[in-house]
Amino acid sequence: MYKVKVFVTLRESVLDPQGTVVKNSLHSMNYSEVSDVRIGKYMELIVDKSDRPVEEAVKEMCERLLANVVIEDYRFEIEEAVAQ
Amino acid sequence: MKFAVIVFPGSNCDIDMYHAVKDELGAEAEYVWHDAESLDEYDGILLPGGFSYGDYLRSGAVARFSNVMKEVVKAAEAGKPILGVCNGFQILLEAGLLPGAMRRNDSLKFICRTVELRVENNETMFSSAYEKDEVINIPIAHGEGNYYCDEAVLAELKKNNQIVFTYNGTNPNGSLENIAGIVNEKGNVLGMMPHPERAVDELLGGADGLKLFQSIVKQWREAHVVNA
Repeated sequence: MYKVKVFVTLRESVLDPQGTVVKNSLHSMNYSEVSDVRIGKYMELIVDKSDRPVEEAVKEMCERLLANVVIEDYRFEIEEAVAQ
Repeated sequence: MKFAVIVFPGSNCDIDMYHAVKDELGAEAEYVWHDAESLDEYDGILLPGGFSYGDYLRSGAVARFSNVMKEVVKAAEAGKPILGVCNGFQILLEAGLLPGAMRRNDSLKFICRTVELRVENNETMFSSAYEKDEVINIPIAHGEGNYYCDEAVLAELKKNNQIVFTYNGTNPNGSLENIAGIVNEKGNVLGMMPHPERAVDELLGGADGLKLFQSIVKQWREAHVVNA
């Protein structure tokens, strides 16, 4: 079994309205060192081992459902899950 | 002309859509559940607003994989008129039947009020009953109507005259180029955030949306009824 951590964020070229509001809020709290905030989604998938390489399967899941590649970027990390 | 009103779990404008088409327009209409196997018997497909599948992950992202969507794609390819309003528009974007994507409104607020739209293109099967540049009043009700596409897609939309409706005056949600509704290149799939089905009777505060449905029927009659 694998534990897959998927991170989805708006593309750099796409204005992130939530990130902008949070950045402005941090600035109003005097954290002036923050120059940008991007808000995204974090998903954990538990994936059974199969004949198909897990990277290939997860990439396909990201492209088809987990991210909308018109406006979002994604990346993922794959870990061997320890059996309970 | 017979319309299908597609109902997803979480649709909430399906009854308004049915009422607009059946009672105000006087056409035939039926509710069609999201797992339907065929849309062959319908001449027009309506994807209503709401929060299909709770809008989980992204608006429209899960509904796009419903069984009926394979049939909606087939109907689109066959040239049948397909109208997606609000969540219906978001589903059409996720399904790739229309280009681009939706972001959260730039204000981060859910906005529910009547806005002015400008008819940019009245030469579509959805807008022929309007005048070019006519300003109409149609309600909006959405939290994610901030339309986005990249520059190449925007250039295509403009070149092919695919932008049908824009917000007139103030842009309520930050959408690119004030875009409120677009058609596909072939012209038979329209997605729009404003709700024409909520503006079909003066009792409801206005009837500017009715012409949209009348346009669809007019085009269909001219194509299918002898001596129309």
